[in-house]
Amino acid sequence: MPVSDSTFAIQATGLECGYENKVVLKNLTFSVGRGEVFFIIGGSGCGKSTLLRNLIGIQTPMAGTVEFFGQPFTDRDPAARRELLKTFGVLYQGGALWSSLTLRQNVSLPLEEYTPLSRREIEEIATLKLAQVGLTGFEDYYPSEISGGMKKRAGLARALALDPAIVFLDEPSAGLDPITSRRLDDLVLQIRDMFGTTIVVVSHELASIFGIADRLIMLDRAEKGIIAEGKPRELAQSSRDPRVTEFLHRGDLPPPPK
Amino acid sequence: MPARPEFNAARADAQPEGDLLNVALSGDWKMTRPRPAWQTVLGSRNPERIRLSVDDVGQWDSSLLLFLFDAQQWCRVTGAYCDTDALPEKLRTLLAQIATSHETSVPFDRSENFFIAVGMATQDALEKIRVMFQFVGDCVIGAWRLVKKPKKFRWTDCLQEMQQCGAMALPIVSLVSFLVGVTLAYTGALVLRQYGGDIYVADLIGLAMVREMGAVMTGVVLAGRTGAAFAATLGNMKANEEIDALETLGISPVSFLVLPRLLALGVMLPLLALYSNALGILGGMAVSYGILSISPPAYWVETISAITLTDVLAGVIKAVMFGLLVGLAGCLRGLQAERSASGVGQAATSAVVTAILLIIIADAIFAVAFNILGI
Repeated sequence: MPVSDSTFAIQATGLECGYENKVVLKNLTFSVGRGEVFFIIGGSGCGKSTLLRNLIGIQTPMAGTVEFFGQPFTDRDPAARRELLKTFGVLYQGGALWSSLTLRQNVSLPLEEYTPLSRREIEEIATLKLAQVGLTGFEDYYPSEISGGMKKRAGLARALALDPAIVFLDEPSAGLDPITSRRLDDLVLQIRDMFGTTIVVVSHELASIFGIADRLIMLDRAEKGIIAEGKPRELAQSSRDPRVTEFLHRGDLPPPPK
Repeated sequence: MPARPEFNAARADAQPEGDLLNVALSGDWKMTRPRPAWQTVLGSRNPERIRLSVDDVGQWDSSLLLFLFDAQQWCRVTGAYCDTDALPEKLRTLLAQIATSHETSVPFDRSENFFIAVGMATQDALEKIRVMFQFVGDCVIGAWRLVKKPKKFRWTDCLQEMQQCGAMALPIVSLVSFLVGVTLAYTGALVLRQYGGDIYVADLIGLAMVREMGAVMTGVVLAGRTGAAFAATLGNMKANEEIDALETLGISPVSFLVLPRLLALGVMLPLLALYSNALGILGGMAVSYGILSISPPAYWVETISAITLTDVLAGVIKAVMFGLLVGLAGCLRGLQAERSASGVGQAATSAVVTAILLIIIADAIFAVAFNILGI
């Protein structure tokens, strides 16, 4: 374990998440290192997306705290939270593009809001971000005119607009064909390598997990918490928990470790 | 690239060396902070070669990239040589990417020739009319099939819709109709008082409510309340591919979804219109008693002497027609909705507008027809 808190990009301590009086996750403590590609995995309904919503502040945790780069986030005043939010990029499941704006305008909006850049410079960056996700030539299309996979890529371009320190991706591969999904994974790695961005992915796509994850936590519905933490291959080979090995082997239980 | 408290301002120092300009960048280059502009750094100099270096740059993001790109573009325009060898590999890759995206991005022209736009709009309007007639035809065919096989009709759905658009609409219809009666009474009293014909307020309100206002006001209220709800429900079902699921099973969406709703409105709207008539007359009675001192029994006697069963029936026939129109507009717009959340919203709005428009047109046609028939 690293000595100083600030070496972590994200530090969650004793996190309890849920809706009204129903606790979905309790006593979650984990950390994400800087520049790490970190996966939150688990079966359907185990609370992956709930955890993500609590991390990024859309939902307030019932208990516990979240820190980003050593700075508290959960109980901060709105101004300080806003400052921290600027360092996040979030890709929502369906892309969540604003339907009345073109792709270029979608990517430009965060830049217009938070930077002193000129209109030309903003357009230049928006065009670059869209090119990085392979959407050159579609800058002036509206979200309703492009496919689901393209919407996701445009959503990622928007998430990257402010060159965030942390990017959260909610089910990036869901609904994508294997090739597009693979390209998205490659893109994620490229962004991390280029900018040192910390990347948190909520997913249950095994190909992505084994392809790009540095480390992961696995949540469980019955346990309401983390049942495994570590590197994907090591967990698949040596975890003693059948729930973990079964998940990572797509339902086939491997022979017990010797 | 987290925000750290110690932040060094971005700097760009230009050192001329013969025809070479050394541009050394330093400090933290963040998009959210001010940074030097390329033109300011260049000043009035006009070097033949430029060497860019970023050795002392701390944190950086696309802000640095924009500066380097500006420098590179300037070199391209003026024909100067831009030496980027001192830049790290990462930055050179990004610079190449931004140069490519700058060149390959072509603005997408959405403007249309005026005549083409008018032509398209005309075609679109004709197509809409065709679709509307086709839909009415589908409904008639569907209804005929159900007459032959009444057991296939979704009676439960129809009863639920009747409750929704009939019983549940009573409060709003009551309020609107009572107030229409009150307004008519005040307006009528203004004129009739001058001639000493106060009592004829009862005739005015009775005839106006029974022949016109009862059916029209109920139609308008249900267009907003029920027509929009039909469009939203069916539009949502279309977005969820529920309509496609029906069609692939060989079940006609018209028989399954539209006809129960049409029948519900066709039955409930005339009933509501009769109720509306009564409430309107009651509203008029209250005002007449209050400001014209006409006693309720006198008002009532005058009312029943003024209106005939033919007047009431004329109103009911209109109300049946308006019910069918509101239902048709709501269901048609719902089935035509685009498969998105905004499509559902547009369908609901369009259903209300279409229904009210159809009600007014139909009312005008009825007025002419009744006049010719002497009703």
